[in-house]
Order: sequence, then structure tokens, then C-alpha cells
Amino acid sequence: MLEISHLTRRFGVLTAVDDISFSVAPGEVLGFLGPNGAGKSTTMKMITGFLAPTSGTARVCGHDVETGGLAARRSIGYLPEGAPGYAEMTVRGFLEFIADIRGLTDGTRRARLDDVVARLGLEGVLHQVIETLSKGFRRRVGLAQAILHDPPVLILDEPTDGLDPNQKHEVRRLIRDVSKNKIIVISTHILEEVDAVCTRAIIIAGGRLLADDTPQGLEARSRWHGAVTLALEEPVALEVVCARLLGLPEVASAEATGPRSVTAFAREGTAALPAVGALAAREGWKLHELRPETGRLDEVFRSITTGRTPGAGDA
Amino acid sequence: MRNVVIIFRRELASYFATPLALVFIVIFLVLAGALAFQLGGFYDRSQADLAPFFNFHPWLYLFLIPALSMRLWAEERKSGSIELLMTLPVTPWQAVLGKFLAAWCVAAIALALTFPIWITVNYLGDPDNGAILAAYVGSLLMAGGFLAIGSCLSAATRNQVIAFILTAVVCFAFLLAGFPLVQSLVAGWAPQTLIDAVASLSFLTHFSAISKGVIDLRDLVFFASLIAAWLAATVIVLDMKKAD
Repeated sequence: MLEISHLTRRFGVLTAVDDISFSVAPGEVLGFLGPNGAGKSTTMKMITGFLAPTSGTARVCGHDVETGGLAARRSIGYLPEGAPGYAEMTVRGFLEFIADIRGLTDGTRRARLDDVVARLGLEGVLHQVIETLSKGFRRRVGLAQAILHDPPVLILDEPTDGLDPNQKHEVRRLIRDVSKNKIIVISTHILEEVDAVCTRAIIIAGGRLLADDTPQGLEARSRWHGAVTLALEEPVALEVVCARLLGLPEVASAEATGPRSVTAFAREGTAALPAVGALAAREGWKLHELRPETGRLDEVFRSITTGRTPGAGDA
Repeated sequence: MRNVVIIFRRELASYFATPLALVFIVIFLVLAGALAFQLGGFYDRSQADLAPFFNFHPWLYLFLIPALSMRLWAEERKSGSIELLMTLPVTPWQAVLGKFLAAWCVAAIALALTFPIWITVNYLGDPDNGAILAAYVGSLLMAGGFLAIGSCLSAATRNQVIAFILTAVVCFAFLLAGFPLVQSLVAGWAPQTLIDAVASLSFLTHFSAISKGVIDLRDLVFFASLIAAWLAATVIVLDMKKAD
């Protein structure tokens, strides 16, 4: 269990993290979302004991990170932002150092090292000096270091930053693979990542916790959730179509979203698709396409972090 | 203790993975030899001792030791690896001690490699080998003192050049604490007890006592407690500004 309670950190007059509370249970993959400078990394630094909180507490597997720091740090695997390592060491030397300091003994040491090297595809660079590695490989070495002792808690600060699409895919698969019965917190500002790996997402901005929901729950906050787009075969007065659509009780608003397409946004808690379909049939509109929309996370993210209500502005 | 050894090993390997340790050792050996033979008049004195050799050690250390110690923490800060190290299950004390011992070990290797001069003096005459051994111990302790100061000042900054300069200045003050240059700074306003206290911190006084072959417990305690105090200061500095 990871329990964060009223965590606050100030740097001089700046409040980087402002009274954040949440807890994460084993099996959950928590996505930590927020714009740059939102306080994601600061929060992670406090959870891992690198930074002392100004007030509030963080408990990792029952150990307070301040009073029981050593025990807490033992149960955490941490990938700091930018995946720092010792530039002059070889990958093998670095991982062996981590294995030693994590107290892996002869029996499990070999097996764990082999496992992470294989998982992260590091066989080819084992004898290479970290300094000479590409950004992607450095990140993978950082991940290998974090999961080496098979910790119950993984804190990964932007694990896919700087990776190419294939590597991103690999890292996400890795996170899913190891996520069983583990507590995983990843910070990111790549929203598709939340859909891909997270079971839950927290949005913070300006140091405050603004939303705590499942990815699906967040998507449902989008005005695009349950919306339907009609693409018409032949030119029709779109204003007329909009007016007709607005006549339906399920439709909250309708607007032209293309030269021949109209989107009907559903009223909260209703599904617009059947009603819109029936209306189109009644009116005899020739439809090229009738497309149900899904909630758009980027729009929800933008509206939450900029303090606007979803749907108030551009989509 | 296990963690201290692990960090010590990593740090020592790191010194030798870069040219730093090698450059340090070679320059130390060349300068120590040149100074002893050229400036110290090793042959001209016609005495079978190593005084001309050891007399230059404080001054050699003054600018070589900061070069060894400057990277200890400043580099970890700069590269961000300090975040990795301090979130591993090690205490700050273990990290500070392991790193310090690695740097001290490099200094000790350099010092040990001056053994040909010891052989030379034994070949030429009949020196007091006990006194020479004592001087070696004293020199090593003094190097440790300089390194402990360097460790603390390196922890205070992420810039290695600043760490180097600060360390050199503070070491210089400690070297000359008993001499007019430093004494005149405190003599004007401080009470006599403080003046005496500052004077008693002088590296030169303590080192010259040991290097004459007189191993006084007080000199050993001085260097040991000085090292301990500066390492404790390193831990405090790290705790205070780990993430800066």
C-alpha cells in the first residue's frame, strides 16, 4: 500500500506540491498526469525519500518515508527523471553495483540480472560504457535498475520520455508485465500512455490534485463522450440538421464539425446514437457515415489543468 | 558496513575508469620527486632522512587533493546520479564514508608508490626507518584531512571548479592556522583562548610533529577527529540540500 497524506512541499514562496492525498493499492498502475512544472516529479521525489516534505506524510508498505526511510526505500524501485546513472560505468558494472547495494545474494543475483537484461534487451550493450549509450538505452538501463530487486512499489518518472515508438511500446508492455500485484506510479504527459497502461489516473496542476479517476471515468467527463457524428452524402443545410438534432431530448448541443458533417453531443448520462439514428431515418438524410465518438482525454486534460469546464472551448 | 564497502569499490573503480586517478598519481609522483631532489636538496644535505621529501607534502596536497575531492559529490549533483544514490537503501553516512575512503585510497596508492625514495635513502645511508614510517602515516592522515574538507565542500555545490577553489582556500587556511597570515586575522579581536584554538588547528604544526618521527597520540586524535568532523559536516550538507 502506498499512502500519501496531505503532502506539501514549498520552495521558498513557491508551493510546488500543495496538500496532495491519495493511496494506491497493489495491482494498480497509477498514471500521474500534469503539465510540466505541475509538481509530479517533486511528489515522486518525496515518495522516494529524496526530498523531505514541508508537511504531510508518505507511507510505503507501512513505512513512513521519513522515519523509516531505509525500509521504505528497500521496497521501492525508482527511475528518476532523465534516468541518471554513472556515466563512466559499463552497463554490467552498474547493474551489478545496484544488485549488491540492493542486497541480492548469489542465488537470486544471477537470475535477477539475467532476467532484467533479457526483459530490457540489454544483452548487446552490457560491456558498453553508459556515457556512450543512446538516450533510449540509457532509459532502459534506468528501468532495469529500478526493477532489478523485484520491488513491490515502482515509481517511474517519465519512463518513456525520449524513446521511439517501438521502444515506448516495449516499455509499456514491460510495465504491464510486471504490474501484477505491484504498486506502480508513472508520471507522464503523454496521454495515450494512460490508456495504454494505467488503471487509474491522477491529474495535478499547480501542485494541486484536480482529478482522480479511471481513464474511462476521465474520458466520460469529455463532452465527446457519447457524441455522434453524422457525415452526410449530399449537401444539406447543416443549420437545419442541427436544429432537428437539438429537438431530441438526448442531445445537449449540436454543431457543424466539417463541411458535410454534424456532431451531436449527448446530454450527460444518455446515449445519443440510437435516437440520432432513428431521427436520420425519419428525416430521410442520406448518410455517408454515422460515427459514435469516444471521450477525448486530451480535451479533458486541457480543460482540467487550465481550469475550464469540459466543452466550454475548442475540442 | 557492507554498503560502505560496495560504495567504496564502485567509487574507486570510477576513479580508475577515468584518467583522473592516473593523472593524480603520476603528477604527485613527479612533483614529489622533483621537489625533494631539486628544491629540497635531497643529495646536498648529505643526511640519510626523507625530510626534504615530506616537507613538500602539505603544499603538494594543497592543490592536488582538491582535484581528487572536487568530483566526490559535485559530479553526482551535476549528473543527477545523487538522486539515484540517495534513494537506494543506503544511509548518507555509508555513502559519505564509502566515497571518502575511495578518494583516500587513491591518495594512499600515490603515496605508497613513492617507495623508491625510501629504498634510495636506505641504499645511500642508514636512516631511521621508524621515523620515515611515522612520516608516511602523518602524510596519509593529512591527505585524509584535506579530502574530508574537500568532501564537504564538494557536497555544497554542483560545480566542480567551485568545489576545487573552495577546498584549496579552506585547506590553505588550515595549513597555516598557526602562522602569522591566519593568526593576524583573529589576533585583533578574538580572546587569547580562541587564538590558541585556531593555532592548534594548524595542519603544518601537527604534521611536522609526526614527520619528525614523534607519533603523539594528540596529533593522531587531531587528524582523526578533523576527518570525522568534516565527514559529519558532509552528511549534514547533503541532508540539508540533497535535491538542490
